[in-house]
Amino acid sequence: MKKNIFYFIIPLFCMLMIKFINTSTQSEEITISNSSDVLLISSIPENIDFNFHVKPIISDKCFACHGPDEKKRAANLRLDTEEGLYQLTEDSNSYVINKKNPEKSELLRRIFHENKSISMPPPESNLILTDHEKSILEKWIMHGAEWKKHWSYIKPILPSVPEVKNKDWVNNPIDNFILKNIENNQLDISNKEEKEILIRRVYFDLIGLPPSVEEIDNFLNDNSEKAYSNLVDKLLNSENFGERMASIWMDIARYGDSHGYQDDLERVMWPWRDWVIHAYNTNLSYDKFITWQIAGDLIPNASKEQIIATGFNRNHKITQEGGVIPEEYRSEYVADRTNTTSKVMMGLTMECARCHSHKYDDISHEEYYGMYSYFNNIDEDGLISYSDKAPKPNITVTRNDIEKDLGFINLPDSISEVTFMVMRETENLRKTYILDRGSYDAPTKEVESMTPTAVLPINIINSNRLDLANWFFDDENPLTSRVVVNRLWQQFFGVGIVATPDDFGSQGNRPTNPELLDWLAVTFVKDNWDTKKFIKRIVTSSTYMQSSKVNISNKKLDPENMFLSYFPRQKLTAEMIRDNILASSGLLVNKIGGPSVKPYQPKGLWDEVIGGGGGSLARYIPSTGENLYRRSVYTFWKKTVPPPSMMIFDASSRDNCEVKRQDTSTPLQSLTLMNNPEFIKAANYLSGRIFNEKISLENKIKLLYRTVTGRSPSDIEIEKLAKYYDDENLGDDFLAFNKLTMLVYNLDETSQKS
Amino acid sequence: MKELHNHFINNNRRNFLKKTGLCIGGLALGSMLDPFSNKKSDPFSLISNNLNLPHFAPKAKRIIYLFQSGGPSQHDLFDYKPKLNEMKGIDLPESVRMGQRLTGMTSGQSNFPLVGSAANFKQYGEARAWVSDLLPYIGKISDELCFIKSMHTEAINHDPAVTFFQTGSQQPGRPSMGSWLSYGLGSLNKNLPDFVVLLSRGTGRPKGQPLYSRLWGNGFLSSLHQGVQFRSAKDPVLFLKNPESLSKQERRKMLDYLSELNEEQEKKFGDKEVSNRISQYEMAYRMQTSVPETMDISDEPEDILKLYGPNANKPGTYAANCILARKLIEKDVRFVQLYHMGWDQHSDLPMQIKGQANDVDQPTAALIMDLKQRGLLEDTLVVWGGEFGRTSYGQLQTSLSKEDLRVIKAGKYGRDHHPRCFTIFMAGAGVKPGFSYGQTDELGYNIVKDPVHVHDLQATILHLFGINHEKMTYKYQGRRFRLTDVFGEVKHDILL
Repeated sequence: MKKNIFYFIIPLFCMLMIKFINTSTQSEEITISNSSDVLLISSIPENIDFNFHVKPIISDKCFACHGPDEKKRAANLRLDTEEGLYQLTEDSNSYVINKKNPEKSELLRRIFHENKSISMPPPESNLILTDHEKSILEKWIMHGAEWKKHWSYIKPILPSVPEVKNKDWVNNPIDNFILKNIENNQLDISNKEEKEILIRRVYFDLIGLPPSVEEIDNFLNDNSEKAYSNLVDKLLNSENFGERMASIWMDIARYGDSHGYQDDLERVMWPWRDWVIHAYNTNLSYDKFITWQIAGDLIPNASKEQIIATGFNRNHKITQEGGVIPEEYRSEYVADRTNTTSKVMMGLTMECARCHSHKYDDISHEEYYGMYSYFNNIDEDGLISYSDKAPKPNITVTRNDIEKDLGFINLPDSISEVTFMVMRETENLRKTYILDRGSYDAPTKEVESMTPTAVLPINIINSNRLDLANWFFDDENPLTSRVVVNRLWQQFFGVGIVATPDDFGSQGNRPTNPELLDWLAVTFVKDNWDTKKFIKRIVTSSTYMQSSKVNISNKKLDPENMFLSYFPRQKLTAEMIRDNILASSGLLVNKIGGPSVKPYQPKGLWDEVIGGGGGSLARYIPSTGENLYRRSVYTFWKKTVPPPSMMIFDASSRDNCEVKRQDTSTPLQSLTLMNNPEFIKAANYLSGRIFNEKISLENKIKLLYRTVTGRSPSDIEIEKLAKYYDDENLGDDFLAFNKLTMLVYNLDETSQKS
Repeated sequence: MKELHNHFINNNRRNFLKKTGLCIGGLALGSMLDPFSNKKSDPFSLISNNLNLPHFAPKAKRIIYLFQSGGPSQHDLFDYKPKLNEMKGIDLPESVRMGQRLTGMTSGQSNFPLVGSAANFKQYGEARAWVSDLLPYIGKISDELCFIKSMHTEAINHDPAVTFFQTGSQQPGRPSMGSWLSYGLGSLNKNLPDFVVLLSRGTGRPKGQPLYSRLWGNGFLSSLHQGVQFRSAKDPVLFLKNPESLSKQERRKMLDYLSELNEEQEKKFGDKEVSNRISQYEMAYRMQTSVPETMDISDEPEDILKLYGPNANKPGTYAANCILARKLIEKDVRFVQLYHMGWDQHSDLPMQIKGQANDVDQPTAALIMDLKQRGLLEDTLVVWGGEFGRTSYGQLQTSLSKEDLRVIKAGKYGRDHHPRCFTIFMAGAGVKPGFSYGQTDELGYNIVKDPVHVHDLQATILHLFGINHEKMTYKYQGRRFRLTDVFGEVKHDILL
């Protein structure tokens, strides 16, 4: 038997239930009487685990008044600590939880009490405990009420790889963890994905572009054992890999080409973006990738490259609005860096503790400002001038630097140097104070730099940003590795093992496969944070290579496909949708880096909302020539009016750090695919290419279909497409074929990854 | 241990199968409520209302929010202060200002000479409401209006202040009010979005303050709830128009084939989401007809066009947008958000505000009366107001104090931002007509009675829609977010 019950495989039912706990809370007003309760009541887990069953309930329903926030704590009672749960009540008449006589626990009395003035939670909280939740709390208390530290604060240890029955299905240890759940829950395994679908999946996932028909054919014809593995290596070594990874990092880094407030003037940050692409392409290990971005400037004898990386924390919005109080905004920037870094590195909603101690997680108001102090010493201005494209601190990179050792910066021939923002400490370090209610003008107690104790104390006096970066990679840090492997997992499977990649705290989801999460986390560290190696392990797993065909009986048992018994179909991202259309049509200009470009966008979108300012961004002036058809990661990002065809497909606005995009289907998306002139032009261009081939109509249709969707059409599909072509052919063959192309570009499959 | 574990699973599995009939329903609902799965089966549809809303019987079904961007001066429009005219040129007493925060634009000013209204005031109607001569049409319908003269806000600069009004937070990232209503109440129609945005540029200060598309953004809510801008450009909704090579009939045929082919794919992959996306195409197709129909005002009768004033025929003007707002409301769009830019009078106020007020006076009055004559005002709420007010003292181009009076007399002054008190008005759906709420001091600097905070206004608007603002929440990153953050109080005094 394993020592730690936490590593217990959580059976299907508990998982479903946790899911319910997490989702039903969104509207508890109605969950008391809906049919889901029938299921919930029938599924009280046999073994109640504090972290998985109890804490989600008491966090969500009790912590707001009886949690970490000392200022709002009612009745001097806290339920977020072990002592608190077993303490005497304020009137000393009873114990909150009475371990000796559990039925005498005050907590039980309160949650079951019929009198509204006694029962908990009180009506004014607008929170309700469902009968099911009460039963769980009751059972947990009656069975000894064992408390545990929050799951994600316990350092991950390498779990042993589980034994499975169907050993043939396993390609690498990831599959053991996945298959064990599938087998235990009597789900069926899925077949291997068809090769032509698999190649499209892995192309988009690794380089964000579709395979050409020739590349598909080469793969289909390669029957060697290493065909797929070679393909993966080729993609990981492609320069487009860095672009794909960077497009995700841009959301996280809230990258933009403008300052983001009010008149929203232009800024220069693209050299930093070029560095990100370069870092991914050269497989800079994750610990260095992060350390340089957080504290590259503080590394002894820092190289220019290391300083350039710190641009990460200057991507927040900066105001130019006359009349603001600079210090108010400067404190906003410091808070942004604090919140962003915490979200990316710890998966914690640190920002909740900016105004008061966190209501759910063990992060005090003081600890927030302890983190804040790391980012509070930048030699920066709260209010910058209208003409400032790279407010201080900044760095200038000359052509000479580039020729010497910064070759990854793609400086246009027309300019000889470029200046952009980076981090640099002030000479006289600022003192940091707790800000009452987060307000810049309400400093109270002075604080030292520090990290959240509940996660891991830093134990260095006067620690700085570099110490903080090192702390993230401390062997004892329980969060860093879990958070990053979860985000990477999400990149391939759509949903993380923890479905809330931005919240590993009390209110976040629990991992659906905790053993796998920990195995991945520990293995990633053992592999020296080697991102490409990690990704290769994922994409060469059977789990990744299985069919995306929905297995109906599996879906009934596991509607969310939490156990991944088939590959989850996913829509292409905003960048991929446009890049796919450009690439398949032949219009794409595949060139790495350089200043952001302005492809087609409808006229007037910027002019309509500008005031008197706006400078070079008052009017959208499209680029010319090849810059109209560059990959979407290079599209100019004006933060207050982001590119519409990106936003329509769920891109982040880049106002704040985002680690997960939405996944919606809207009519505006359909309209964009139907009518965006850029896409119409691509369709026209592709039609021209194929129409002039000296092949039969059927073969033209096949070629068109394969070019756009990557798949060979079935006979029925060819027949339908041919019929459409005939129906629409009123004498002009090309016109009819062009309509066919537009149709194919609108197929659902065209916007799907797998 | 292992045996026990398996037993557990098997046992539960049996229970599960027994209950399958009931479970599936529960699961479907569960997934609809899942904040991480924003896939809804039908966009803009009544089905998306899964929050058990409204909480109680609503008075309002729809809303037109006439946002006056830049901060209209209450002293020159609604909040009549004869004392300011008497004290013209005299410094604002420090006992009144009490060291209050100023913007960087006047904080350097050495003195703060009071200035009275740039126009005369008259009383109108049975309610005897004071309205300035800059707004004669609004004056004449003031018996329909409910003035709140004691609005106050926390922000003193445009960007945070507009963002605060629209989203309840000064910093960007939260959903706007229209998105909240769309999320909470779902849609009333199947042909148009729930939340439509119309922009116009004022003549008062054409190069004033910018707007930002995030003001009608869905924040962390599903992008199904984003505001959709209807533009006066040839494509009223982005990418609405078919390419020239494709007629409407040809589009229809393409979509028919598209749907057949997508069904093939649904079969192949077993992915139910495909049919959802087919329905998006159908909605898009319907919008291709419904949106241009709505935008076309050519069949509006002459007397209606006249009612809205001389600019009613000019696309993109406030007047034209007011007609569109009425048409959208007639088609049961839930939230129509107008923005009229140009109220930021830092200089030459008497001249600038004249044009600006003229832009909105007749069309606003016409809109309200037009809604009334069509019986729509009963359940349509109209709100008119900006992001903050303006100072009762003048903002001067010169710092020479002796020059003040002369400069003021020449009309060469402006007014700075003033968050401590300002006036907005509402009409329709459950709001008291011919009513005035709240009071400022005789210099129009501080509120002396019945303050209404931005969060109070938001709470009150939600209340009119049958929503308890404390209960309509969305859980994001572990926290339940509300439009009103953790504040707000419904102002029952202004409600019928």
